[in-house]
Amino acid sequence: MKIGAPKELEAGEARVAMTPDSATQLQKLGYDCLIETGAGAAAGFTDAAYKAAGVEVVKTAAALWKAADIVAKVRPPTSAETKKLRQGQLLISFFYPGQNEKLMEAARAKGANVIAMDMVPRISRAQKMDALSSMANIAGYRAVIEAGNNFGRFFTGQVTAAGKVPPAKVLVVGAGVAGLAAIGTSTSLGAITYAFDVRPEVAEQVESMGAEFVFLDFEEEQQDGSATGGYASVSSPEFAAAQLAKFRELAPEMDIVITTALIPGRDAPELWTEDMVASMKPGSVIVDLAAERGGNCKLTVKDEKIVTDNGVTIIGYTDFPSRMAAQSSALYGNNIRHMMTDLTPEKDGTVNHNMDDDVIRGATAVYAEEITFPPPPPKVAAIAAAPKKEKPRELTAEEKRANEVAAFKQQTKNQVTLIGIGAVLVLAVGLIAPASFMQHFIVFILSVFIGFQVIWNVAHSLHTPLMAVTNAISSIIILGALIQIGSSSVIITILAALGIFMASVNIFGGFLVTRRMLAMFQKS
Amino acid sequence: MDFGFTIAAYAVAAVLFILSLGGLSGQESAKRAVWYGIAGMAIAVIATIIGPGAGLWIMSLVLIAGGAAVGYQLATRVQMTQMPELVAIMHSLVGLAAVFVGFNAHIELVRVAQIFTDAGLPYPQPEGPLSDAAYALSGSLASFGELLAKKTAVEVGILRVELALGIWIGAVTFTGSVVAYGKLSGNSSMLPFKIDTAAKKLPGGHILNAGAAALSVILLIMYLSGAGGWTLVLLTLLALFIGYHLIMGIGGADMPVVVSMLNSYSGWAAAAIGFSLGNDLLIVVGALVGSSGAILSYIMCKAMNRSFVSVILGGFGGPAGEQMAVEGEQVAIDADGVATALNEADSVVIVPGYGMAVAQAQQNVAELTRKLRAQGKEVRFAIHPVAGRLPGHMNVLLAEAKVPYDIVLEMDEINDDFPDTDVAIVIGSNDIVNPAAQDDPNSPIAGMPVLEVWKAKQVFVSKRGQGTGYSGIENPLFFKDNTRMFYGDAKASLDTLLPKID
Repeated sequence: MKIGAPKELEAGEARVAMTPDSATQLQKLGYDCLIETGAGAAAGFTDAAYKAAGVEVVKTAAALWKAADIVAKVRPPTSAETKKLRQGQLLISFFYPGQNEKLMEAARAKGANVIAMDMVPRISRAQKMDALSSMANIAGYRAVIEAGNNFGRFFTGQVTAAGKVPPAKVLVVGAGVAGLAAIGTSTSLGAITYAFDVRPEVAEQVESMGAEFVFLDFEEEQQDGSATGGYASVSSPEFAAAQLAKFRELAPEMDIVITTALIPGRDAPELWTEDMVASMKPGSVIVDLAAERGGNCKLTVKDEKIVTDNGVTIIGYTDFPSRMAAQSSALYGNNIRHMMTDLTPEKDGTVNHNMDDDVIRGATAVYAEEITFPPPPPKVAAIAAAPKKEKPRELTAEEKRANEVAAFKQQTKNQVTLIGIGAVLVLAVGLIAPASFMQHFIVFILSVFIGFQVIWNVAHSLHTPLMAVTNAISSIIILGALIQIGSSSVIITILAALGIFMASVNIFGGFLVTRRMLAMFQKS
Repeated sequence: MDFGFTIAAYAVAAVLFILSLGGLSGQESAKRAVWYGIAGMAIAVIATIIGPGAGLWIMSLVLIAGGAAVGYQLATRVQMTQMPELVAIMHSLVGLAAVFVGFNAHIELVRVAQIFTDAGLPYPQPEGPLSDAAYALSGSLASFGELLAKKTAVEVGILRVELALGIWIGAVTFTGSVVAYGKLSGNSSMLPFKIDTAAKKLPGGHILNAGAAALSVILLIMYLSGAGGWTLVLLTLLALFIGYHLIMGIGGADMPVVVSMLNSYSGWAAAAIGFSLGNDLLIVVGALVGSSGAILSYIMCKAMNRSFVSVILGGFGGPAGEQMAVEGEQVAIDADGVATALNEADSVVIVPGYGMAVAQAQQNVAELTRKLRAQGKEVRFAIHPVAGRLPGHMNVLLAEAKVPYDIVLEMDEINDDFPDTDVAIVIGSNDIVNPAAQDDPNSPIAGMPVLEVWKAKQVFVSKRGQGTGYSGIENPLFFKDNTRMFYGDAKASLDTLLPKID
């Protein structure tokens, strides 16, 4: 079968659904590839490059639509394009079936099948074809670059001969894919980055990207994010109020604000109000990635860059991926290619539209002259539901106190018992032993005690050196032999001499080995 | 003779020894702590040679120099992997020295008694001040003899108990350490006989030990009531046998505990001898060493969830019931597979065991660590408290290979992190990563805390063959779905693996 990618008709759209690289891969699946002439020009792919990859370059869009069994696009088809659809043809593109019912109906009437790339379920297996994520990633990156372009200062703080430069402060609202990409870009440029999201469970991801998560002082039974496939849901009015109050507090400090908050199937929530914009410093930049859906800031003008009266730049572009067409085409082309891989299990160049497959079923909007949107919920939950954490009951102050007192009493009891037993034993020895013995015995008891106290603190990793040291030290027995060697008895002298020799082997061997071992311990 | 100076020097030495042990609480302070120990020992020996040990001091110095030469050779030549053996064999020297010194005390005692009897004076002295004649006689004896001459009957009795104890413990330490050395080194050419590393007992087992111990007590009583030197010799022989048989009965896996226990024994022997010689420094240091060894043994037993007594009495207890059958099969993997997984992993935890020490693979492990860290991966080491054959054995080996100690973590520090770990590599350890300790109540190691490597996303086990570990227990880890067996000698395996990591 033939798979073709026409030139995008939407003004300003530079992406293309097929790159020479993805075409090579598609051919391995057994497909013949077509491309409309000049389709890749805006993204930097020449017709020659396509030809070199074995792609047939078609002169006109009409010819392409006619020849291709499968049409891969980026943007949803225009009404003119819809008319070119024919029976049994498969269209793969962003489709937004929720908002484009007429388009869907038109496609159905034409008898074409439609796979909407924006409807790919968010399950692990489908990540490789999740075009929303790959585009959001680019948008997040580009948002920071765009902000930097309009921001008159450095991101990173510097102390130079010409003076000190403070680091820029960046706030990213919404830590989805785009938000996280923005955080990563912003921190790697050296800015101090803060991030906020209504889902507290993403705090860890935010921190892993190097930003600081902005926590609200707000107690609410949050809906588990896993229930909505990892997307944010609508929050309560109280929560929204607390959130706005926090933003209001942060607004005067922030140099760059990037808002990415979107709730699936709804208009973007207003998070950055006019008064917040008014309180920002002149020269600050707001990038509103939700501009397509009305914007997180009411002042945002879709597809435009405006400057407010107090000198704050608000960027409302919606074509961030298109502004990096080479990169986004490469990733989107791969998403399409992965989708085709799933559609072609036999690698024989024919589409097997398996409606039992969760991913394919979920993404299909029109199939066999029937509208199949919305899809049934996938059989596999996108994210395993987090087990409800059983919070350990907070102990009251009195209970804590009581516990402490009990522990203290128990400890005292143990110690007193031990001391008591020890004292009785020592006393018992003292009753029969003479004073001269007891003098030494006291020394002995104290030494054992010191030994106990000291050894508990020895680091675990130093147990081998400890053994070597105590081994060396235990050759103190040499003193006994030294005292005895002067005896007038020959046999005593011989035995004592042997004792001295062996003990000194031990002293030197033990200490040297310990030194060798310890010299090796070093920090990274 | 006035030994005021000696006693003062002893006090300084004792303080230095205490500081030396206390300083081992941290890696950096430990380096200073060794010098304290060395200084303490030097002060003690010099003070003794100047003071009570002045007789034949030139000979003493020559002997010390000779011992130093031998000790230097031993300490500088030994491989770090043979550290356990070295420590064990050095314990035996202390034990033997204690036996010699104890016998000397006995001989001196007999000699002093003989001199007094020859002079027509009673020995031991009756209570009260010495008679002039006895005083004159005692002054003519060497320092230790002089001390003995002044003792009363009760003191002589206590002295006998002390020296007999010193000899007994010393003798147990001696043979015990030799056997431990043999077990740790496999079959050393230095030993005249071969020692099996498995637990082995003569018929009769514990009863034989108990009998020998009981006989020792009887001989001790006979010795006290004046039965003569032969009782002491017999006592020594019995102690030698007990030391041999006791340690023979303990399996190789428990050797870390045994070594530290013997360490403790050598301390107690020194303390007992110190009592009989009336030397406080010997008592102080003996007690320090004795208690430290005891605590160390206790800490390790706790780490293995074993009762201290059962370890000392030898071997694992028999399984309480049918052990869980292990299902599945061990899946092998080659170096390419391991390399691919490592190249893709972000976090890696390495669990070294005795197999790494045996194969001398610590340098290769360190090289692997350097390569992985250079790629920005998180590499950490998980050390089980009883990994290896000596407490802290793995730490020493890794330190030798220049693995920074701040990425070497203890079991408690890292066990919770395994679920977030991409790859866990088990190199030559077995029982310490055995899930049966948690899952199977009938396993002989049930309840022993283990490293939960099986919770990592993928586990590679570098192992020589399909055999079981030292404890002879089947390890269900090797049969798990996320476990791959990387068969072969640890060093050779890593050699093939290293070039593939990039």
